[in-house]
Amino acid sequence: MKVAVTASNNTDLNVKIDLKFGRAPYFVIIDFDNDKVNFIDNSAKGATGGAGIQAAQTIVDQGVEGLITGNVGPKAFNVLSKANIKVYSAKEETIKEVLSKYKNNDLKEVAAPTNNGHAGM
Amino acid sequence: MKITVLSGKGGTGKTTVATNLALSLTNVQFLDADVEEPNSYIFIRPDFGEEYQQVLRKVPIIDQNKCRACRSCVDFCEYNALVLLGEEVLIIKEMCHSCGGCKYICPKEAIREEDKEVGKIRVDKSVAGMEFWQGELNIGEASAVPVIEALNQKVSEDKTVIIDAPPGTTCPTIAAISDANYCILVTEPTPFGLHDLKMAVEVVKELGKPCGIIINRSEEDADKLIEDYASNEGISILTKIPFKREIASLYSQGTPFVEEMPEWKENFQEVFTKIKQVVG
Amino acid sequence: MKKLTVISGKGGTGKTTVTANLAALADNLILADCDVDAPNMHLLMKPEVIEAEVFKGAKVAVKDQLKCIECGLCRELCNFKAITSDFKVDEIRCEGCGLCVAKCPSDALKLELEETGDLYYSQTKFAPMVHAKLKIGAENSGKLVSQVKEKAESLAQQQEKELLLIDGSPGIGCPVIASINGVDSVLVVTEPTKSGLADLKRVLKTVKYFNLPAVVAINKYDLNQEISLEIESFCRQIQVKIVGKLPFSKVIVEAMQQGELVVESAPESKVAAALKELWQELSYELRIKS
Repeated sequence: MKVAVTASNNTDLNVKIDLKFGRAPYFVIIDFDNDKVNFIDNSAKGATGGAGIQAAQTIVDQGVEGLITGNVGPKAFNVLSKANIKVYSAKEETIKEVLSKYKNNDLKEVAAPTNNGHAGM
Repeated sequence: MKITVLSGKGGTGKTTVATNLALSLTNVQFLDADVEEPNSYIFIRPDFGEEYQQVLRKVPIIDQNKCRACRSCVDFCEYNALVLLGEEVLIIKEMCHSCGGCKYICPKEAIREEDKEVGKIRVDKSVAGMEFWQGELNIGEASAVPVIEALNQKVSEDKTVIIDAPPGTTCPTIAAISDANYCILVTEPTPFGLHDLKMAVEVVKELGKPCGIIINRSEEDADKLIEDYASNEGISILTKIPFKREIASLYSQGTPFVEEMPEWKENFQEVFTKIKQVVG
Repeated sequence: MKKLTVISGKGGTGKTTVTANLAALADNLILADCDVDAPNMHLLMKPEVIEAEVFKGAKVAVKDQLKCIECGLCRELCNFKAITSDFKVDEIRCEGCGLCVAKCPSDALKLELEETGDLYYSQTKFAPMVHAKLKIGAENSGKLVSQVKEKAESLAQQQEKELLLIDGSPGIGCPVIASINGVDSVLVVTEPTKSGLADLKRVLKTVKYFNLPAVVAINKYDLNQEISLEIESFCRQIQVKIVGKLPFSKVIVEAMQQGELVVESAPESKVAAALKELWQELSYELRIKS
C-alpha cells in the first residue's frame, strides 16, 4: 500500500513536510510493500486557479490510500474522499517523523476540510 | 443617455452620488450594478415583490455511458474544474468558467451543457419616480460579469439611465462602464482618494469615455489635491459635496440627503446639464 | 508569531488607517498589504522598495499573425467574445481557456502566462512591509493576495517577528478569503451606517464559516449611536467581542490628508487614545505584549 506526503523539498526523507497541499512544491510517494520512495513534482504548484483540485488529481493518479499534509481545502478534500483516499493532518515535522507516526496510527484522520479554501480564483 | 457612477475604491460615496443624482432628475432608470454588495436599495427603498429573473451560465454535464475516461477534457480544462476518478469524470461547477471548451474537446460527444444560476435581477418599475433595477451575485460565484451584462440588457434608451458600478478597476467595473455615454468618478480629497481616482481615470480613458469628477467629503483646504490633478488631466469637477456631519449622519440612517436638503436637487440638475453639454 | 488580518466588508470604513496606526503602535512586526486591487497602505507607510518581482497571475491566448489563415473558427468558438472582427485577441476579454488554441487548424495560437502585477518587499519607518499592485483590468487577485501573505509569513519567520499585521481586502469574495485564511485573529473595522451593518453581517458570516476568531472595532461610533448600539447587540448575540470604539474625528482625516498617522501627529487626541486602547485590547487577545 502507498501513501503520499506533501514535501518542502525533494532531497530525502529528512526534509520537512509542506503544510500546504495544492501549492506544495513536491509530493513524496511511499510504497510500504517494497519500501520504495518516489519524489514527484507538484505540477499544480503554479496553477492560476484550482491548484488543490489539480494536486488531488495527481494524488489520485498515484493510486495511494492516504495523504499526509497540513491543510486541505473543501474542493480538494471532496475529490480525495470521492476517490477513497484518507487524509491525515500533521504538523511541521520531518517526513521521517511523520511516517513513523503514521505507522503507529498516531496521526489524526481528517473527516472534513481543514480550511475552507479560497475558491481558487 | 447612460451615466455610470464609479470610484476606484469603495466607500468614497459612489452610491450616495448615484442615488441622490437619480432622485434629482426625471424619467430615470436606475441600475444597481454593484452586484456583490448592492446597497442603493437602502436609499431608494424599492418593493421588488417575490419575483426575480435568474441569470444563468452554462456548465458541463457528462453522459457517463458515452464517456471513455480518456481524460482529454480533464487535461484541457485550464480552471481545474474537471477531475478523473477512476472511470468517472467529476465536475466542480464552482471552478468552471463556462468556456464550453470541454464539449468541443471530448472525442465521444459525451459532454452536454446545463444551466446554473449565478445571480438574480430584481425590479421595481416605479419607486421614488424612477424604474429601479438591482443585480445580485449569488454567494460562492466568482464572476459578477454575467449579472452585470444581464442588467445592461435592461437599459431603456428613452430614459436617463444611472448605473451604480462596482468599486475597483477589474472586469465587473469595466462591464458596468462599457455601454455608458459618460462616467462620473467619485473621490475624496485624501491621498487614498487621489490614488484610487487615478486608477479609475486610467480605466475610463482606456475605454475612451468622457468623464467628470465629483469630490465627496469636500473641504476647502484639502480639495486642492484633487483639483490640481484634475486640471492637469483636463477633467472637469462637476460638483463638490461638503464634509458635513449632517450628510454623514443622513447616510448612516439610509436617508438620501437631497430629501432633507432639497437645494441639492438643483445642484445635481446642474451636474446633469453639464454632462448633457459634453455628451450632446 | 501571531497573524492578524484587518478587514471591513464595506470600503471606506477606515480599515487601512486603523491598520497603519496599529503598525505604528506595535513593536517587532511585519506588515502585509493584501488589498492588492486598491492598495493604499503605502501612502501612509511610505515604503522604500528593496526587492520587486513580477507576478504572472493569468494565462492569455497569444496569436502568431503569420500563421493565422483567418478562418474565423476561434471567433466562432470563443464564449468570451475575445476574438475581434479582425481576428485579434482582446486581452481584457480573454479568460485563457485555451479552446481557440486547441482548435486552431493552423497552430497559430498558444496560451502564455501574462504579467498581471508586481510584488514588493520594502522597508518603512515602522516595519518591513510586503505589498503588491495588480494591473488595471487584471483578474486573479486571490492568487496575488496568497503570494503577498506567504512572502510576508516566511519573512516574519526568518526575522523572528512577533506579529504579522495584514491589511485585508474589502468585500466578501475570494481575495478576502485568501487574506484571512489561517490567521490567528480577524479584526473587522465597521462603521455605524445601515450599509456598514449590512456588510458587517455578511463579512462575519464569511469569517465564521472559516472558524476564525473575529473581533470588531466600530469606527466613527458616535456618528449614529442607534446603529452603534445595534452593532453592539448584534455582536453580543453572536459572541463576537467589540475591542474598540473610535470617535468620529476630523483630526484623523486631517492627519490622513497630510499623509500622517494620528497616533504620531496628534498623540494627545481622543482618537489616538482610542487607537491605543484598541491596540492594548488586541495584544491581549493575541497574547502578545503591547
